[in-house]
Amino acid sequence: MTIDPTPPGLSPTAPVLELRGARKTFGAVVALASGSVQLRAGEINALVGENGAGKSTMVKILAGVHQPDSGDFLFDGHPIVFRSPAESKAAGVSVIYQEPTLFPDLTVAENIFVGRQPTSRFGFIDRAAMRTEARALFERLGVPIDPDRVAEGLSIADQQIIEIAKAISLDAKVLIMDEPTAALSGVEVERLFGVARALRDRGSAILFISHRFDEVFGLSDRITVMRDGAFISEHATGDVTTAEIVRAMVGRDVDQLFPKQEARVGDTVVSVDGLTRQGVFHDVSFEVRAGEIVGLAGLVGAGRTEVARAVFGIDRYDAGSVTIAGRPLPKRDPMASITAGIGFVPEDRRKQGLVMDMSVSRNTTLTLRKTLSRFGLVSARREREAAADWSSRLQVKTGSQELPVSTLSGGNQQKVVLAKWLATDPTFLIVDEPTRGIDVGTKSEVHRLISDLAGRGIAVLMISSELPEVLGMADRVLVMHEGRLTATLDRAEATAERVMHAATGSGATDLTEHAPTGTADPTGTAIPTGTASPTPTTEAAR
Amino acid sequence: MTTSHALAPTTGRSPFASLVKQREVPVASALIVLVIVTTIANPLFVSPQGVKDLMLNATITVIMAVGLGTVIITNNIDLSVGSILGLVAFATGTVFNAAPGIPLVFVFLIGLAIGALLGAVNGFLVTVARVPSLVITLGMLYIYRGLNNAWAGGQQYFAGDRPAAFGRLSVDTVLGIPIITIIAVVVVVLVAIFLARTRPGRDLYAIGSDDQAARLFGIKVSKRVLTAFVLNGTLTGLAGVLYASRFNSVGATTGTGLELDIVAAAVVGGIAIFGGSGSVVGAAIGAVLLTTITSSLTALGVDKFWQQAIVGILILTAILVERIASIRTARRLRTSEATNA
Repeated sequence: MTIDPTPPGLSPTAPVLELRGARKTFGAVVALASGSVQLRAGEINALVGENGAGKSTMVKILAGVHQPDSGDFLFDGHPIVFRSPAESKAAGVSVIYQEPTLFPDLTVAENIFVGRQPTSRFGFIDRAAMRTEARALFERLGVPIDPDRVAEGLSIADQQIIEIAKAISLDAKVLIMDEPTAALSGVEVERLFGVARALRDRGSAILFISHRFDEVFGLSDRITVMRDGAFISEHATGDVTTAEIVRAMVGRDVDQLFPKQEARVGDTVVSVDGLTRQGVFHDVSFEVRAGEIVGLAGLVGAGRTEVARAVFGIDRYDAGSVTIAGRPLPKRDPMASITAGIGFVPEDRRKQGLVMDMSVSRNTTLTLRKTLSRFGLVSARREREAAADWSSRLQVKTGSQELPVSTLSGGNQQKVVLAKWLATDPTFLIVDEPTRGIDVGTKSEVHRLISDLAGRGIAVLMISSELPEVLGMADRVLVMHEGRLTATLDRAEATAERVMHAATGSGATDLTEHAPTGTADPTGTAIPTGTASPTPTTEAAR
Repeated sequence: MTTSHALAPTTGRSPFASLVKQREVPVASALIVLVIVTTIANPLFVSPQGVKDLMLNATITVIMAVGLGTVIITNNIDLSVGSILGLVAFATGTVFNAAPGIPLVFVFLIGLAIGALLGAVNGFLVTVARVPSLVITLGMLYIYRGLNNAWAGGQQYFAGDRPAAFGRLSVDTVLGIPIITIIAVVVVVLVAIFLARTRPGRDLYAIGSDDQAARLFGIKVSKRVLTAFVLNGTLTGLAGVLYASRFNSVGATTGTGLELDIVAAAVVGGIAIFGGSGSVVGAAIGAVLLTTITSSLTALGVDKFWQQAIVGILILTAILVERIASIRTARRLRTSEATNA
């Protein structure tokens, strides 16, 4: 698990920045009950905890966005209060948020120096100096980014590097990285970690927040655990195991992180044959059978989401075919896909899966408007009933069905997306990164849910960048590398090493094999039990 | 420098290349083409008197476009500028009526102060109430106009009521350029330098680009936005005083409907309506273009009714050009990233 050995002998120096028993409330809501953390020079401290544990609130206090109601806040041993982000920044605290906050219209150099541009005489901005300094910073980080280009269109990884460049130019003593790796590929994560280690070795104090344990153990010197808005424990990374950390985080043993039920695998529901889109993916063929969870693994950018979108009919494809229940699925027609029994839970639930400002019930019934309406008008009562039914089945935790879905936690939002699709009675469900940004406790609920669906005979295609999730959940693992399927592994033969080999394209191509063919029975018996027959509606759609 | 670099024009740093990429280029080119075409059809268009008229017509719009452009860059808007101009213009008439011998500099100071005050009220409401500026300033448009109506009633002041020296500001020229136009040019240069080369100026772009991010960066967003509104009010106040110098009568309806012309000038001049990019030089050129079009279409004998439709087409073209440019940039970045990867 450990990628890099922990440096021997943690420095016993006094913390640069320390928060002790910090409390923060918003109205009646206690966001942080008793938050404590110590950041020491030359040390990377990983902050872990479930969503809602108070990590973000604590980060915002350190960043000067929020002010604690009570508790001690010490900087270099002296009590301090940051009344604004500017004060925190001036003191030497830099924060890199999950979604970097760059200005899309300004140049890279300006983004680094915004608010403190070098000035020449008369207070005018010295653009040449700004550019030279920016270039020097990128050289030092070993990342070539053109300081003159506008920030719009930069990858998240590059945006984070710019944030780090800014932190360095500010001479930041403390660098806080709030889930920086959530949207990065493996290579980008390594580049980021390289930069973080270099900064640590130069004496920066770093706070690193992540949901990925391999990263936490690979990077940090120390791990701070939070739960329910309070500090739980602090560990030297070398002296602790993942299981111990998980136990501290959830307050109970999560021995079953991936509760995959054994499901009876039935007949082929979907088969994808030779799907190709020029320059995006090439000759992708696979089948998914009833009750089967097929994991689609690969690095970010391998073309997994693109394949899923093409199958569902959002994007076009140039060659190949998709067959569901023995019938060809028309190209580029999501509505036909829905009627044919396909559900698609997209990667970005905020932007594509949900209408954030709409109520929970409206979101749940979004796919059902036809069946819920009479004479073209949606019946509010039937909408509420259908929504309440699904919410209770999936145990969505919400104060009221009428609250905007944006008020729910990430995990519960994901449940609403799932409910939305389950309400259409799908025979084939595509889930794209179903647990991204969801905390450990809810994660296993989502896993249980997906596994439960497969148990009911739904064919599931699960795209995931988290290897443990893929290995734990999938009956079969497909691996993509640069637009091609490089391996198809059965549950028994799927190991982390083999998947990574195929995903990085390092040999292992002989593992490629197609799923057994000839087993599909394209008659009505292919339809799994417990779901409505899609045949009449499919015909109606033609 | 090998030829393969031609495929990735990410860092075109030759002066010409970077000049062509400026957002002001399309509008400036349109202006030049317009003047050339009109001159070919009607040589009188660029006679000394013709040019002087063009400059005089554009002056007030230019000053207001610079002011409003500054507000739009912060992703806000001030729709009350026509009403502010009306109030200041009427106030100017009133001042001359009450104190005929007053030194002109005081008249200007009073006008600027009223404009600044009205702009500050707008800015204050926008930053404190946190209601979209579109709504706030739409309300202020009516409130200021109502004040003007209540104050002026049926009263009007005419050029004859004002000292001759005041009127001469928009008649006399230096090197063929009317004095009020020189004032406008100075305004453009000063505001352009402020926006491009000072920290508070650049902050306005950052705020327009992403105000939440700006807040996290420690930029005093409210203060800066308020500054933009005050600057806009002040410049509109200046425009109001000059309006009283240039035009014969000022009354209850002076400046009605002007706000949309000014928004049009800024947008045509390349200021993004959702903030973050564009320059006041562009806005100024946009203002000149719009006023010149009116004169040009008259000179070309185009029916008056068509003139407004043509202005509308220009606005849509400006937005289209921007959209295409941004799609192109996005595509180029994507391919350059793909090849770098």
